[in-house]
Amino acid sequence: MKSLGSIRRDFAPWNDPNAKPYIQFDNVTKKFGDFTAVNNLSLTIFEREFFALLGASGCGKSTLLRMLAGFEEPTAGRILLDGQDLRGIPPYRRPVNMMFQSYALFPHMTVENNIAFGLKQDGMPKPEIAARVAEMLKLVKLEQFAKRKPHQLSGGQRQRVALARSVAKRPKVLLLDEPLGALDKKLREETQFELMDLQQKLGLTFVVVTHDQEEAMTMADRIAILDKGEVMQVATPPEVYEAPASRFVAHFVGNVNMFEGKVAERTAKTTRISGATGAQIVVENAGDAAAGADIVFAIRPEKIKISSKKPADAINALEGEVYDIAYLGDMTVYHVRLDDGQMVRASTMNAARVTEDPLSWNDRAWVSFRSDAGVVLTR
Amino acid sequence: MSNAAAAAATSPSADAAKSPLARLGAAFVGRLVIIIPYLWLLFFFLIPFIIVFKISLSQTAIAMPPYTPVLDFSGGISGFFDQLKQLSIDNYTWLTEDALYFNAYVTSVIIAAISTVLTLLVGYPIAYGMSRAPATIRPTLLMLVILPFWTSFLIRVYAWIGILKPEGLLNQLLLATGVISQPLIILNTYTAIFIGIVYSYLPFMVLPLYSSLEKMDYSLIEAAKDLGCPPTSAFWKITFPLSLPGVIAGCLLVFIPAVGEFVIPDLLGGSQTLMIGKTLWNEFFANRDWPVSSAVAVILLLLLIVPIMLFQQAQARAQEQGK
Ligand SMILES: Nc1ncnc2c1ncn2[C@@H]1O[C@H](COP(=O)(O)OP(=O)(O)OP(=O)(O)O)[C@@H](O)[C@H]1O
Ligand SMILES: [Mg+2]
Repeated sequence: MKSLGSIRRDFAPWNDPNAKPYIQFDNVTKKFGDFTAVNNLSLTIFEREFFALLGASGCGKSTLLRMLAGFEEPTAGRILLDGQDLRGIPPYRRPVNMMFQSYALFPHMTVENNIAFGLKQDGMPKPEIAARVAEMLKLVKLEQFAKRKPHQLSGGQRQRVALARSVAKRPKVLLLDEPLGALDKKLREETQFELMDLQQKLGLTFVVVTHDQEEAMTMADRIAILDKGEVMQVATPPEVYEAPASRFVAHFVGNVNMFEGKVAERTAKTTRISGATGAQIVVENAGDAAAGADIVFAIRPEKIKISSKKPADAINALEGEVYDIAYLGDMTVYHVRLDDGQMVRASTMNAARVTEDPLSWNDRAWVSFRSDAGVVLTR
Repeated sequence: MSNAAAAAATSPSADAAKSPLARLGAAFVGRLVIIIPYLWLLFFFLIPFIIVFKISLSQTAIAMPPYTPVLDFSGGISGFFDQLKQLSIDNYTWLTEDALYFNAYVTSVIIAAISTVLTLLVGYPIAYGMSRAPATIRPTLLMLVILPFWTSFLIRVYAWIGILKPEGLLNQLLLATGVISQPLIILNTYTAIFIGIVYSYLPFMVLPLYSSLEKMDYSLIEAAKDLGCPPTSAFWKITFPLSLPGVIAGCLLVFIPAVGEFVIPDLLGGSQTLMIGKTLWNEFFANRDWPVSSAVAVILLLLLIVPIMLFQQAQARAQEQGK
């Protein structure tokens, strides 16, 4: 199997058995009354890592950050920062700063004073504060808004003030709760790269919460996928996408086709899967799925080829009828109903302006994919 | 089919005919909503004030009513103007000549100011506690603050006599527990007045404070702590400044009526306390000098208008800032 790697090729402390973890959640549980928001969760985050917490609304992302910042104490388990147990340390003594989901800007202070607040708290000399504030304003492109009050700013501008305020102190760990939610697409993408740049430049550890998988993929070294207060998978973005650990992760990140089935036959190199609806699929990477086991074969739409005639050399080819076509400009998404009833989603990059093999609604079509194109999921 | 056609044919014209009228009606109702309170103010504040102001320019007389001139049109227009000529500012000059009035004004303002500060000191923690209490018990707490209003103000002030007098509840308690060996003299002192005012006006301080504290987003405090600010410092840098509108409103609601307060100094402060409300009462009922007491009242009003104007200006400024 080829390596799926990480974004920063030289940075992979999680693969180094000697690397010292920087932030450690040890079997952390957080209950609100009877409700368990975080359930026996363990996580390790390394110094200078850009770590993303990805999950649906209400899965406990903010609660995790709030425990790290010191606003909530874990009901059970412990949180270590640089080897030190954080229990009992109040938020104002933790070398951690947080950008709040609600921004929490001080309404009676100007943008400038909001950003300077933490610096003044540290007793930084005035000229240094002024320089740092100017630097932060420049970073978030709000130079001309320094004297405004938060209510005189747009939602996106407020978000940038909140960001500047949390970065200003250059904390060892910066916690960002949905930092870019209110920005428009273009500014959002720009800011994503700026955040990455900032993190690299200052050598900080970032823990960012998001429910936007693209954002997590773009920025993070590793992503933790959460569901109902539990970790589903922690991995680099390519691993999460190409080698999801479970059906949940495969479903949660990107689009996926799933074939329910059983392992029919295992040989040294290939495994044959017999789909519940009859399709026979040959795969190379079946992991540890034993013969006879109930599994799911998951394959991403862009790894499926669609054609009007059966490809001669394809190992896996299934026949069906075009059910729906969505033209998205850069690519076209086909929904094909296989003859056994299963729906398959296949996407094709529109590399040329004209396709040689045009397909239309209700046309007969073949979907085909390589034997290493998908993954076998046992969970 | 024909019905639908008819409806389709008539409805646009009916709409066109109705909507300007309806709009006019709505506009009229809208005006009325503004006009009614102003009429109210005109009848129940401005007109009585003009009457009082006129009396303050008159002279005492042994008559009914006890002042001259009494304006009427019995002598025609010229007679009316003759009556007007009798009006003078003598009463106001009199107020400046007798130090009693000046002292009474100054004492009243000082007592009101001290009481206001004391009420703020007592009221702020109460309001703060209420605003941080679990949301489920807040209505109950609010109810408890308003509860005293259900009993007569006079009775409640009388009750304080029973508590504060030398052989009263407080002294009995302190003597019994051995904290003091001699009963404290509180009744008929300024201390009693302060206690009375703080007690009586506390709800007027607590309610506006509570409403501004309750609105405050708690995540602001968390943000301050997150940026390295210990709780006490976060209070002074975030909570207190954000509650200032409530502080100002509460202080004015206590200060303004406290300056003219009559019942509390009369019942708790004894005979030697000198407050303008009591002076006014004496002039009016004991001396039956309506013109001088009216002049006292007019000056008192002017004295109170200043803080009100300051308050309104502060509010207007806050509004401009869009708070
Ligand atoms: N103070 C609290 N009291 C009771 N329940 C809480 C409290 N804070 C959070 N919860 C619950 O814990 C769960 C996790 O909340 P959390 O704020 O961590 O979600 P989240 O993953 O950040 O969601 P979102 O993406 O919507 O921000 C939610 O179901 C929420 O209702
Ligand atoms: Mg959240």
